[in-house]
Formats: sequence, structure tokens, C-alpha cells
Amino acid sequence: MNAPRKLKVATASLAGCFGCHMSFLDIDERLLDLLELIEFDRTPLTDIKHVGANGPVDIGIIEGGVCNAENVHVLRDFRANCKILISLGACSVNGGLPAQRNHLDLRDILKAVYSTDTGLASGTQVPNDAELPLTLNMVHPLHEVVKIDYFIPGCPPSGDAIWKFLTDLLAGQTPHLGHGLIHYD
Amino acid sequence: MIDASQVINSVLERHGRDGTRLMQILRETQESLNWLSPETITAIAAGVGWPRAKVEGTAGFYSFFHTQPRGKYRVLWSDNITDRMLGNMDLMQAMCKQLWLEPGHLSEDGLVSVETTSCTGLCDQGPAVLVNYRAIPRMTAERVEQMAELIRKEIPVADWPAEWFVIEDNIRRADILLGCVMAPGEALKVSLARGAEAAVEMASNERSWREAVHSADPGPSVTLDEIKKSGLRGRGGAGFTTGLKWEACRNAPTTGENATRYVICNADEGEPGTFKDRVLLTRQPDLVFEGMTVAAYVIGASKGYVYLRGEYRYLLEPLNALLARRREQSLLGKNILGRAGFDFDIEVHLGAGAYICGEESALIESLEGKRGVPRNRPPYPVTHGFLNQPTVVNNVETFAAAAMIAGRGGDWYRSFGTAKSAGTKILSISGDCERPGIYEYPFGVSVRQVLEECGAKNTQAVQISGPSGICIAPKEFDRRIAFEDIPTAGAFMVFDQSRDIFEVVRNFMHFFAHESCGFCTPCRVGTTLLKNLMDKIAAGHGTQYDLKEIHQLNSVLQISAHCGLGHTACNPLVHTLERFRPAYERRLKSLDFEPAFDLDAALSQARQMTGRDDADAHLSNELETVSEKA
Amino acid sequence: MMSDTFNIDGQEIPFTPGQSVMQAALTAGVFIPHLCYHPEFRPHGSCKLCTVKVNGRPASSCTLPAAAGMEVESNTPEILDKRRSLLQMLLVEGNHFCPSCEKSGNCQLQALGYELEVFTPHFNQFYPNRPVDASHPDILLDLNRCILCELCIRASAEVDGKNVFSLSGRGITKHLIVNAESGKLGDTDFALTDKAAQVCPVGVILPKRIGFAVPIGQRHYDAAPFSAHVDEFKPTAASQGERS
Ligand SMILES: Cc1cc2nc3c(=O)[nH]c(=O)nc-3n(C[C@H](O)[C@H](O)[C@H](O)COP(=O)(O)O)c2cc1C
Ligand code: SF4
Ligand code: SF4
Ligand code: SF4
Ligand code: FES
Ligand code: FES
Repeated sequence: MNAPRKLKVATASLAGCFGCHMSFLDIDERLLDLLELIEFDRTPLTDIKHVGANGPVDIGIIEGGVCNAENVHVLRDFRANCKILISLGACSVNGGLPAQRNHLDLRDILKAVYSTDTGLASGTQVPNDAELPLTLNMVHPLHEVVKIDYFIPGCPPSGDAIWKFLTDLLAGQTPHLGHGLIHYD
Repeated sequence: MIDASQVINSVLERHGRDGTRLMQILRETQESLNWLSPETITAIAAGVGWPRAKVEGTAGFYSFFHTQPRGKYRVLWSDNITDRMLGNMDLMQAMCKQLWLEPGHLSEDGLVSVETTSCTGLCDQGPAVLVNYRAIPRMTAERVEQMAELIRKEIPVADWPAEWFVIEDNIRRADILLGCVMAPGEALKVSLARGAEAAVEMASNERSWREAVHSADPGPSVTLDEIKKSGLRGRGGAGFTTGLKWEACRNAPTTGENATRYVICNADEGEPGTFKDRVLLTRQPDLVFEGMTVAAYVIGASKGYVYLRGEYRYLLEPLNALLARRREQSLLGKNILGRAGFDFDIEVHLGAGAYICGEESALIESLEGKRGVPRNRPPYPVTHGFLNQPTVVNNVETFAAAAMIAGRGGDWYRSFGTAKSAGTKILSISGDCERPGIYEYPFGVSVRQVLEECGAKNTQAVQISGPSGICIAPKEFDRRIAFEDIPTAGAFMVFDQSRDIFEVVRNFMHFFAHESCGFCTPCRVGTTLLKNLMDKIAAGHGTQYDLKEIHQLNSVLQISAHCGLGHTACNPLVHTLERFRPAYERRLKSLDFEPAFDLDAALSQARQMTGRDDADAHLSNELETVSEKA
Repeated sequence: MMSDTFNIDGQEIPFTPGQSVMQAALTAGVFIPHLCYHPEFRPHGSCKLCTVKVNGRPASSCTLPAAAGMEVESNTPEILDKRRSLLQMLLVEGNHFCPSCEKSGNCQLQALGYELEVFTPHFNQFYPNRPVDASHPDILLDLNRCILCELCIRASAEVDGKNVFSLSGRGITKHLIVNAESGKLGDTDFALTDKAAQVCPVGVILPKRIGFAVPIGQRHYDAAPFSAHVDEFKPTAASQGERS
């Protein structure tokens, strides 16, 4: 019997802190077991720039919420090229800490950051370079922008939780996180 | 300059500094002072001896109380779907333009605000407005202009053209109830006489009738027998058998110092499209009061209240005048019609813009000066109602019918209608028909016959009993108005082929979200989620995914909502998804998912701040299948 | 004398007359999810997490009087699904950012989310603009997390005799207010020792200068899930009395 094809996994960090990626690495030596089953497509750990450039991806994992136009493009790219899309971590699940700005008007925030004289050289303007992605009025969780198949909450989710979730998924079971593994903080 | 503390004091005095009268205290104070400032709330709280926060909580619950300063004029456009069909939105926009303001905002000079309000019960003569809580039907572009002019010139509403305030009854078909000519007091006299007859045959060795046990006067119990015999069922929606309700109340013990029973007439009539209680209180108010007095006689009540919706403020003075006349005629007050110990009086209480207060236990809370939140049941009002005493709550029409039954007998009444639905039902007909208005039919009339008689053509759908009722399609027009087929509280809204059923339902979902009392999680949050979903579909961003969400929210509300509002809030959606699914589907995207919000609009503030408008400064709302960006 | 019983998911539950289904279940050590229920107060019936089906009909178990022979369904897939939706509604209605919340680990809303495996708020976030009131010297009031269970209102009125809290607004605009013309907690007679300062199931009423005192791992719901804490919620004599 042939060994089953390795599942292709891609990851990305949007408006997150990389905490979730660190946690992913935190599954330690089990990462090696995992690599028996999966191979990485685009991730911050690989050089591949475009998700799915080397053919369709089985599982996409995204940390961080959606706070600017670029995040939207990356997220849609993932959705278009991944069979399963997982929202990983507090920020991607409900906006997390970045979303705590949501009750403020973005214009006031930009003004406060760029146009008041705390630290920045006087006369500093809100940057309008076309290369820079524009910021959204509010930070949004991933599932408000694309359809998400699975969620792993936590800030960050523990390595154990990620491991349990992925191994359940790879085994073809609905993932469960029992007491101690599921957490929102 | 009005002296606020003097106003507050005299209002408090008038109401005996009684906190349970808070609704009336707040309304009367506001009528003089224009709004309820923090200081006013503090003074009223001190006056009635309640915690300040509790008084603020009551004031904050009702749409017609203002805890923020407001203009000299407040124009509220009735926003039922029937008003919309008559063009109220364009008229409101025109008015806002003429007054230089945005809907929902006070004008810059603080003079006037223009906004919408839930159905005002003038659907047969819309579009309607309330100006400082005075109803004005039949708005036109010309009237909008004149009104804007009067407002700009600061002419007091009292000096506006009197014909603007004329409310038509529009009775198109009268039957036994609307056609009833019974002298005031007749039903009571018949009841007392019936008792006297029965007394001849009965031994009298029991406690007084006020204790609700058969007594020297068997009148209450023989009158109750007539009500039971008539088969009368409640006309307010739920259709509970009136005789059984009265009997349960009559048998419930009273408690405490002020032990008594209460009769409450539910004239909240908040269900959009319903206006028959307004007409009954205009054309047959004696019959309604008589029915309440009969109820008091039967159950042994000493006090009655009419809970009149704030939208019908203009009826307060005529009703009070009529009550005064009935007192003079010994039909109210002490020893009614000379019967020793038969003491009963009625008072009209005004609501303040909250549909939920039509729910009987929320109504009672409101009548006690509190937020209109439905109580946990059991216990029910018949045992623990107003001030925790046994209380009968009935609809206006129920009381009017009860008076007729007391006067003419249960068998007589039973001879009208169907075997399971005795008597007649008054329908309030509005929407696409030539002759909107009030139609009284014996139960059992078919929808088709009603449609023919009101002059409805090319009818696509009929919404019966309001948003919380049922929406039916032409193939069901042979169904009948009756408890055993289509029960109704009275609303009958007609939509012809030119109407967009989706927009009808969207209007209803906005209504429920606005009127949810907010007590329980499923309704408080769920009605807003549903409203947002409908808006999303309306904006062209809906998918099958959103329809699934609607079904999930419906099942959550069905299983867990606290009261009828939450239980029925999804009815319009469920009924129309069954019958008019294409009205939804043609708005849906073929994709199975669309963002929850408008992505491109979400970049608006950043575009404004950076002055950018290049391609990258925009986002399409469509999912890009192949993206060049990463 | 044998007491009467009813049945929850196949298990016989004894009860004494006047007990609610919730009280009888907790007394028997059977967990039914709840948020607005509190053993020392009369039942409220607003959160609806305790929804069950009784003889096939839905009811709130905290307000429903127990009766002999009732067949109660509680942990069925259908009911668990609805309870999850209710929790998700509460999560999106407010602003719940657990990583920055002092109540995290001791919070009943969060613990119930874990219990029911709520991985996502699912619905669209409301991100409401709600105030934080720091005017009181000892207590912070962060209304972003209020779930409107009214426990603080009941505690302040019934135990403290102060009526510090009340509700205003209606529907989705319903919100907690305090008993002061300024609207500020600092202008009320609220005290850290009040019962109302102890009852909030979530992170709204927080003592100042305590912060994240208990390390992760030792917080109330770290060691064992919500359902293992039934003993803390067993009814007291006071709450067994008259229901209203
Ligand atoms: C949300 C809601 C609104 C209601 N509104 C009214 C109303 O406006 N008028 C009314 O008579 N009954 C209304 N009801 C029904 C009352 O709760 C109650 O059943 C009725 O007043 C009893 O009177 P009846 O037996 O004469 O019908 C409403 C019920 C609910 C749940
Ligand atoms: S169902 Fe709606 S209206 Fe009824 S109690 Fe709940 S929140 Fe209030
Ligand atoms: S109150 Fe509970 S659920 Fe809300 S943020 Fe705090 S810990 Fe999380
Ligand atoms: S502050 Fe806490 S206790 Fe009070 S209503 Fe809100 S969640 Fe409940
Ligand atoms: S991105 Fe993982 S915790 Fe915020
Ligand atoms: S615990 Fe029963 S409704 Fe909240």
C-alpha cells in the first residue's frame, strides 16, 4: 500500500502578533511527527510567496484579524486556494486586542498618530503612499470576510491545543478541545 | 419661564406621590417641561420615594419619554409597511430637506426633530405622523410643506388647522358589535335583574359577593354562566376563553392590606396594521366600559384601568369625559345602580410607545410604573396581577362583546359565527385595496370574501394578525377567519402583485428589533441579528448561508425566547420563505458566502484621510479567485 | 416518606415542592448551564442558557417549578446547539477580549463557552461603544462585558438595600445604569464590601488595584470545568422560598 499523500498546509499572520505561530512551533518534537503527515506551502517559515502557487493547498491556517486591505487580499487568496481554512487565535476569531480600537473613529486615530506632535516630526502627514495598504474602519475577525471552516481560540492557543486539533482533523474526526485545551485567553 | 419644580410638584400631588403612577407622572411632567432632565428625574424619584435609577430606568424604556433635550417639535412618521406603501419615506425626506435636518437628529437650532416610530394605528388613512404626540393622518406633499412652514414660524401645534387632526372611523361593515345600540347601563341592569331572578330560587347563606363566592346576590355567577355559555374567546390574539379567565380570577384569593381584584382593558393595540380598538373606543366606548363593569361585577373587582397606547393620546380627554358621565349615571362609582357594595371605577392610563406593553404581564408592570418587561409565568395575572392581586386583562373588543352578551345572553351570541368561534370579529383592513377601514364579520368568513368586499385586486399576499400573525398566498384565500383556521387579533394587510414581499418582511424585522424589550438574550440579540441579515440581503450581499442563519435564529428564538414577541418574531420570515422564496432568492448572490460588511466602504475613512482613490485604495466585495497580490 | 421525582436525560431527580427544575437538578449534582441564576437570589429567567425541554415543550429550568413525572431533556444535541448560539449572542453583543480581562479564568461566561466547546462567536461582532467608569475609588465598572444578568441589581436591592444599579434603554440598547444624577459610580454609595460587588459572573464590576492576581492555572475554572462546580450553586434556604 502506498503511503497517503502528504497534506499541504499554508499559514499566514494578518493583524496578529505571531504569538500563534510561535505556539505552533511550540508543539516541539511533535512537529516532526506532523511533518510525516503534512508539508508546508506558503508560511512565514517558507519562501513561497503565493498561497497555492504550487497547486491547491489542503489546510490554510491564519492568525490575526483583518485590519487593512492587504489582509483582505491575503485572506481571500487563502480562501480561494485552501480546501479547509482555520482561524487560529483570539485575534482571528474575534478581532482580539487590535479590535479594541473599534469604538474609535479611524480618522481620529490617524490624526492622533500622525498629526499631533507626540514624537513625530511636526508637519507629519498621514502617509498616502500607494504602496501602503489602507486601513479598514474597523478590525474584523476572519469569518466576517470569508467563510471559515474551523476555529481555534486562544491568545495564543497552546501548542497542545493546536496539536490536538490538527491530529483530530488529520484523522478525519471533528476536532474536540477538552477542558484545559480550549481557552479564550 | 416655567418653574420646573412647581410643575413637578403639582404633578406629584395630583398622583398622590404614588410610584405605581410613574408613567402618568412622567408623561404629564414631560408635557409641561418638554423633556425629562436628570434633575427632573431626581426630583420625581425623591417625590415618589423610589431609587433614582429605577425612575431613570422606566423613563429610558419608553420611546415617548425623553431623557435627552429635544426640540419644541417632534415629528414622528409612522413607519408601518402600509405607511411605506403610501410613500411616507419620500415625504419624510422632503420634510427633512425643508427643515434642514437629518432624520433622527435635532435641528441645529434645537427647534425640531423628524424621525420614524412604529405603526401608529392609522393604516387606513396613512401616511400618518405624530407631532408632539398628536396624531395627524393623510400626509401629503402639500401638507408637509405647510407643516414645515408652521414649525419654522413656531406656531403652537394647538393652533394648527383643526381638520388635520380629524381621524376617520372608516367603518365599512358593521355587524352586531359595531351596530349594537344598547343604552348605557342596559347590560348591567339586565345582569342585576338576572341575579335577582335567580336569587328567588337560591338560598343565600354564604359570604359576600366581593369575596367572589356565591352570595346573597347570585348575579355575578349567573352572569358568568352567560359569558361561559357564549363561548366568547379573547380578541387580543391568544384567544383564551373569557369565561374561564373570569372564573379563575373570581376564584383566586386576594391578599394583603389592599385586597381587591382588578379589571384591565388592554388598549395598547401595538400590532402593526391593527386599528379596530381605536375605532371601538371612538364609536362604542360605552360598551367597552360597560363590559369592564360587568367583569368587575362578576369577579368582584373594585378598580379598572384602560391601558391606552400613547399613540392614541387624543382619545384621553373624550374617554375621561365619558367616564365622568357614567359616574353621574351611577354606572361607575359607589353602589352602582343602587346595588349596595357594588363599587367600581375606571381610570385611563396612557402608555408611552412600547409594543411589548400589549403583552399582559408587561402591561401590568408598566401600569405599576416599571419597565414594560414580561413577567415569569406562572403565576398568571388571574391570580397575581396588578399589585399582585387577581387581575383580569382583556382586549377592548372582548369587553365590548362581553357587555353585549351580558345584555342579550350567551345563547344569542352563540348563534353568530361558527361552532368553535362564536360571534363576530372586527378586522382592520389596510394596504392595497379600494376601501381600507373597519370590517366586522361573523367568524367563518373567507379571506376571499373579505378581499372582494374591500376592493382588493391582484392580491399577492395577505398578512393577517400583524407581523406576529400569518402571511398567506392566493392559493389559501379560501381559508377562514376563525380560531379553528386563521385566528387574528384584527390586522389584515393586503399586498398586491406590485409589492416586494421581501421589503414587507424587512420592515417587520426592523419593527421587532425596535420593540424587543431586551429582557432575554435570544430576542434582544437575535432580533437585531435578523434585522442586520435582512439589511445585508437588501443591500445585495446575501447568500444561501444567510438564509441558513435565519433558520438557525428562528429555532433559537422558538425554543428559548421569554415571551410571545420573541416566539413570533421570525414568523414573517418563516411564512414568506415557505410561500415567496423567490422574493429572497432573486436578491442572493450565487456565491455561498459574502462578507458581513461592505468591504469597500470599510476603507472610506482611510481614503478620506490619505486622499487616495487609486485601484489599491478600493476593495471589491466579490471574492477574487485568482489574485495577483499577496 | 418518598419524595417526588422527575427525570432529566434519563436520570431520576428527587425534589421538594417549590423547587425549580434547576434547583432540584443542582441539589442532585446534575449540571444545567446557567448565567443569570444564583443560589442566593430568586430566579430571573433572562439569559436562557438553562433552556430545556419538558415533556417536549421548551422551558427555562431556573424558573420552572419541578413537578412529579416530568421528562426533562437537557444535554441533547438540539438543546446544546441552541445554548451555543445563545452564548455566541452574548459574546458578540458585548466586547469580550479575554486576554485583557481580569476576570479571565474566573468568568462564568467564558467557562460556559469552554464547557459547550464554543470555538467562535460565529455571529458578526457588534463592537458596541460602551463606557468604562473609573470614578469609584475602589471599583472599576467596565460595561463592555456586561451580559445584563441583573445579579448586581438584585444583590444591591435585596441584600445591600442600596439600589445602586438599574437598567435603562430597551432591546439591544438596554444597559446598566447607576443610581446617581451624574451617572457615575463614584457618586453612589457603592462599597467594595457590598454583596453587589461580589456577584457579577463576568468581568464588569472589578476591584481596583488587584489586577491579574491569580496566576494562570490556579484560577477558579482552570482546574475543573464549570460543570464540576455544581456544589457552589446548590440552592440555599433563602432561594427556596417564594418565587416571583
Ligand atoms: C408581544 C405581545 C403584544 C400583545 N399586544 C396586545 C395588544 O396590543 N392588545 C391586546 O389586547 N393583546 C395583546 N397581546 C395579548 C395579551 O398578552 C393578552 O393575551 C390579551 O390582552 C388578553 O386579552 P383577551 O383574552 O381578551 O384577548 C399581546 C401579546 C404579546 C405577546
Ligand atoms: S422575547 Fe423579547 S420581548 Fe419577550 S421578554 Fe424576551 S426580549 Fe423581551
Ligand atoms: S467577561 Fe469573561 S468572556 Fe468577557 S472578556 Fe472577561 S473573561 Fe472573557
Ligand atoms: S454588571 Fe455583571 S452582574 Fe451586573 S448585570 Fe452586568 S453582568 Fe450582570
Ligand atoms: S495573533 Fe495569536 S494571539 Fe493574537
Ligand atoms: S439561568 Fe435560567 S434563564 Fe438564566
